[in-house]
Amino acid sequence: MAFRGETAVATRPAGEDEISPPRLRTDAAGAALRLIAEGDWVVDAAGTLEKLVGRVRPLTQTRAEIDLCRVGRLDTVGAWLLYRLERGLAAAGIAVSYRYANDTQRRIVEHVRRSDVRCDIEPPEGHVLLTLVEDIGVATLRVVTEFGALLAFVGYVFQRIGLSILHPSRIRLTPLVHQIEVVGFRAIPIVGLLSFLIGAVVVNQGAVQLRKFGAEILVTDLVSFGFLRELGGFLAAIILAGRSGSAFAAEIGSMVMREEVDALKTLGINPIDVLVLPRLVAMVLVLPLLTFFSDIMGLVGGALMAWLQLDLTVDQFINRLAEMSLLRELYIGLIKSLFFAGVISVSGCFQGMTVAGTAESLGRNTTAAVVESIFLVIVLDAFFAIFFTTIGW
Amino acid sequence: MSGNGTTSDEAIIRVRGLVNRFGAQTIHDGVDLDVRRGEILGVVGGSGSGKSVLLKSIIGLQRPEAGCIEVFGRDQAHLSLAEAKAARRAWGVLFQEGALFSSLTVAQNVQVPLREYLSLSSRLMDEIAAYKIAMVGLAADAGPKYPAALSGGMKRRAGLARALALDPPLVFLDEPTAGLDPISAAAFDQLIMELRDTLGLTVFLVTHDLDSLFTICDRIAVLADRKIIATGTIDELLHCDHPWVKEYFLGPRSRAALAARGGIGHV
Repeated sequence: MAFRGETAVATRPAGEDEISPPRLRTDAAGAALRLIAEGDWVVDAAGTLEKLVGRVRPLTQTRAEIDLCRVGRLDTVGAWLLYRLERGLAAAGIAVSYRYANDTQRRIVEHVRRSDVRCDIEPPEGHVLLTLVEDIGVATLRVVTEFGALLAFVGYVFQRIGLSILHPSRIRLTPLVHQIEVVGFRAIPIVGLLSFLIGAVVVNQGAVQLRKFGAEILVTDLVSFGFLRELGGFLAAIILAGRSGSAFAAEIGSMVMREEVDALKTLGINPIDVLVLPRLVAMVLVLPLLTFFSDIMGLVGGALMAWLQLDLTVDQFINRLAEMSLLRELYIGLIKSLFFAGVISVSGCFQGMTVAGTAESLGRNTTAAVVESIFLVIVLDAFFAIFFTTIGW
Repeated sequence: MSGNGTTSDEAIIRVRGLVNRFGAQTIHDGVDLDVRRGEILGVVGGSGSGKSVLLKSIIGLQRPEAGCIEVFGRDQAHLSLAEAKAARRAWGVLFQEGALFSSLTVAQNVQVPLREYLSLSSRLMDEIAAYKIAMVGLAADAGPKYPAALSGGMKRRAGLARALALDPPLVFLDEPTAGLDPISAAAFDQLIMELRDTLGLTVFLVTHDLDSLFTICDRIAVLADRKIIATGTIDELLHCDHPWVKEYFLGPRSRAALAARGGIGHV
């Protein structure tokens, strides 16, 4: 393993010294074609080298000699292009020999020659139509199996809930309280701020439209109905889906990846009990509360905007609210939020539990958790809108 | 610096008085290290002794608090952006798990540096990727595979192929055999040695693998107590008096590796 002085041929700090331009002289005078390489045959000159090598046209000779004695530096790319030349000549029936300046050159050229394999750059592509059909099939299958797995997961979670109710001592209070803090308490500022702003915007924009009918006072109806029935619960749910649904998937998913979930199982602890139930219960407890908070903040924002824009005093605003019977709207919003909470936490936890062990799948499932829960929240909301209208609420 | 006729004592990397701190924690406090042309230098040290931080400082991923790092005679602290890019062109880095770009196939990974620094014909680019893949001992069918489909050992080889894409004279290897089975690890050691001999590489090798240390390293630098406490050939280190070095090189696992090498007689 002694150091070899001549190996310095291939070692060269980039940008240190200029490349001496490579050349390839052809001497076709003798019986053998002589190809005399000069200059630096290195990767930086690869474009030139490729042209030089491509220009060689054998005439009538049956032998060729590649002379490297005047080559300054040689690296594997230079050696590869020489080898490409050799291969081309050999294919034309010409026997090729080399003259090396030193052992290093010989080693590099022979190393490259040994490494001559064909290799695809990208995986083979199938027929376009065929791949299309295949993709559709695979996607359908995936949706169906995933839906099945989700249903099974929901069923299992309900079973664990039932068991926990029968044996309340199994309920883990510490993680539950922790989740309530993380999911609920820490979301208060963002839910409050956004609701306040949306409430103000609703009044601001509503007033412009209602003014046409001289009915500016009805902005109160607009913002109160809007928030209690729809917007409050909806806003809180969307925020928690983005904030906590993704966190559920990421936290549980990274535990799956690090085999922590397997460790729980081997210790006889049910991962659903310790990981999923606290999150689910916390979400179901705090989302209605946040919905109520969002309702209030929306009304506050609306009242403020009404006061600024329409000179409607807070007294008038509250009186107008009191004239309406808003309790039913409040209930509708709160009932819906319970279902939103279930959907968000179940899809977050489900996506977390189905992470496949790679970092990519963790990212993919986290995204899926958010998309899925927001999608389901909107679908549920539409369903409830029709449902409550139909039953006359 | 001329390309030819250099002596083995010429230092390609010269680190002087390197200091690295993270908050209150001092990782390095006056590290001095030379890496000579054409050698395989192994850097060892306990977990958390800052081997990887040292590597990152040299390749410019970690800005040291104080000290001077010269690579190919250039102070790395005073480079313009263009100079720094040119400097990076002169070395290849193999990260621990290969650090292959997961959205690209192995062959495309190898082509990334080629595309970044040079404009080559696509034919040449594909040929270079193919022979580099063969050169690191991967089968040709590994080329069109995505990194996710490769085993740990194959990932390291593919990462090495990418590190060698531009024929750099210097390569940094960060624990290349960690987590490999003994057969793959031994094969990887042989590969590094073969490539060094053929291509005249200078290798900066961070490792914990005693077998690698005994079989392929020309010199070893021991990082402990925030300094390089010893450098030398394995035989020199076996006679070093520092307690950590003694424990490391004369511990039971080291004895086993040494016995396998057939050199335990004089210990």
